Amino acid sequence: MATILEYRNLKKHFTVGYRDLRRRRPITVKAVDGVSFHIQEGETVGLVGESGSGKSTVAYTTVGMYAPTAGRIEYRGESIYRNGRRPAHLKKEIQIVFQDPGSSLNPRHTVKQILELPLRIHRPEVGNRLEETARLLEMVELPLEYLYKYPRALSGGERQIVAVARALAAEPSVILLDEPTSALDVSVQGKVIHLLLRLQRELHLSYLFITHDLSLMRNVADRVAIMYLGKICEIAPTQEFFQAPQHPYTQMLLSAIPVISEEEERLKPEKIVPTGEIPSPVNVPPGCSFHLRCPYRMEICAQVDPEMIQLTPGHFVRCHLYPDGPPTLESANGDRHGTDQGHVPEPRGHRGL
Amino acid sequence: MSSLNPSRTAASPRAWRELERASRRENWGRAWYKFSHNPLSVVGLITVATIVLLALLAPYVTPYPEHAGPFTDFQNAKQPPSLRHPFGTDVVGRDVFTRTVFGFRFSLTMGVVVLALVVPPGVLLGLLAGYYHGTWVDTLIMRVTDIFLAVPPLILALAIASVLEPNLFNSMLAVSLMWWPWYTRLVYGLTAQMRNEYFTVSAEIMGASRWHILFREILPNCVSPIFTKMSLDMGWVILIGASLSFVGLGVQPPKPGLGTMVANGARYLPDLWWIALFPALAIVVIVLGFNLLGDGLRDLFAAEEI
Repeated sequence: MATILEYRNLKKHFTVGYRDLRRRRPITVKAVDGVSFHIQEGETVGLVGESGSGKSTVAYTTVGMYAPTAGRIEYRGESIYRNGRRPAHLKKEIQIVFQDPGSSLNPRHTVKQILELPLRIHRPEVGNRLEETARLLEMVELPLEYLYKYPRALSGGERQIVAVARALAAEPSVILLDEPTSALDVSVQGKVIHLLLRLQRELHLSYLFITHDLSLMRNVADRVAIMYLGKICEIAPTQEFFQAPQHPYTQMLLSAIPVISEEEERLKPEKIVPTGEIPSPVNVPPGCSFHLRCPYRMEICAQVDPEMIQLTPGHFVRCHLYPDGPPTLESANGDRHGTDQGHVPEPRGHRGL
Repeated sequence: MSSLNPSRTAASPRAWRELERASRRENWGRAWYKFSHNPLSVVGLITVATIVLLALLAPYVTPYPEHAGPFTDFQNAKQPPSLRHPFGTDVVGRDVFTRTVFGFRFSLTMGVVVLALVVPPGVLLGLLAGYYHGTWVDTLIMRVTDIFLAVPPLILALAIASVLEPNLFNSMLAVSLMWWPWYTRLVYGLTAQMRNEYFTVSAEIMGASRWHILFREILPNCVSPIFTKMSLDMGWVILIGASLSFVGLGVQPPKPGLGTMVANGARYLPDLWWIALFPALAIVVIVLGFNLLGDGLRDLFAAEEI
């Protein structure tokens, strides 16, 4: 499988103000601070993180809402930005679905007008646009009389499906899904997810699925990446990610997923209680950005920002607990963590939650 | 609904047109239903419609159309309201009802011409300033707007009308010159807000042209507030036109401007009260009608947002 979208050390910093009147010392928010990962053809990569971790900024930078401060985004090896502008064919190939379908569809346009815009811009060769919009509606399983309805006449789920159809209208190869279901009722979420998965199979699409819903990723994503304060902490194939989380932050998140039965509770990673609060993104702590809350913090954590290392094929983690590759039994004895109970985040083979 | 649903296999153009028409009917039907449930706005609509009809058909619906110009009939002068002259006659014997109906013509002309001159440039400048929010285009347009807003429209109209020849056209010009900034401001605020909405952003991402974004994405969302303001402004412009006529800078006698008639009649108050009172009431009714209609439109559009 070929890589379709690749992020190389992507950075996006925003200047939100100045510390002095002469505007010499800007206050910057490092929304995205050195993110590297890739998406393969036909694959779904889940990008998970708390609010303000920069996951949406990654998507917005990809579609040209913001120009990256540094780093590269490549589509099939070709840089997305050429002199700060995106070439037209990349505007076609990479589409985005926003979180709130209430504001991403123009309230004064009928569904037909909404679906026609991408056709006019990216597929002028389509002769009968009416037929094509009808085909798109059919593809997303909406009734054809919706063509002449306004968004306000549709339910939240239907609006989001129209937004998906609009993304499909350009015949893209990558769709960035920016929390596509978090504004929807739970009953509708499943429907939208199923639709997205079916479309992916039929049209061989690649998804970057941005969400804060970890349990959703278990069923949807091929690989999952966790973001914390603008950086990726851990990225791994989904099964390994849930069975053997390595980064303390990932373990914390997974142990925080609420479950119903005792049996499920036993399958979860050992409960990790976070200490402290999420630091402000304006004032990111030195060293590892997670060290203030990490139960295994060491001296080095406050000073040096860890590098991303590969533990097993495809499983990357950015943590000082793993200075030289996968942990062995010897190195896993308490001394390295400076804790007596010596909880080692070793692969422990948790089965499904 | 199933009969209206053209299936994929048998999608004839006729079925599509039928479907489109049905949806449009449904949308208009819903709008009218909401509008008609507010009695005041229906009163406004009826008032405005009646006045417009009266003004258009003035020569046919008035009893003495020749009284609208230079006409004297001293034998019938200063008659109080009666069946022959429902609003009485003025000091030279002209029927006040006839002249009031003809007066609507000038008032409506004033309103329509001023709005036609004011709305397109005002809206265009507002769109540009709002779209380029925070750039020099914004600064330039909005500061010029502020300068024009700083001058009271009536005072400037007085100045212009007194420098140029005092007539209806010049007073319309003067009012127009002062009126466009309101539309620029209105549309500026809306546009600055719309351009950050995700539907605009998403059209931008898609690669839509600036023209498309301004006129197809943003402008349709400004139309309801613009229409509401236009309806309310009709009343205001008519009032200013009447004020200008009152001080002798608008419609010139013997043409029957409502303000001119009030000014002439005011000299004979309180004895010949009908000469001034009926044109004055006519001004009240026309302004009120447009205001009620405007309020009704605003409520209608506000309900539509939900």
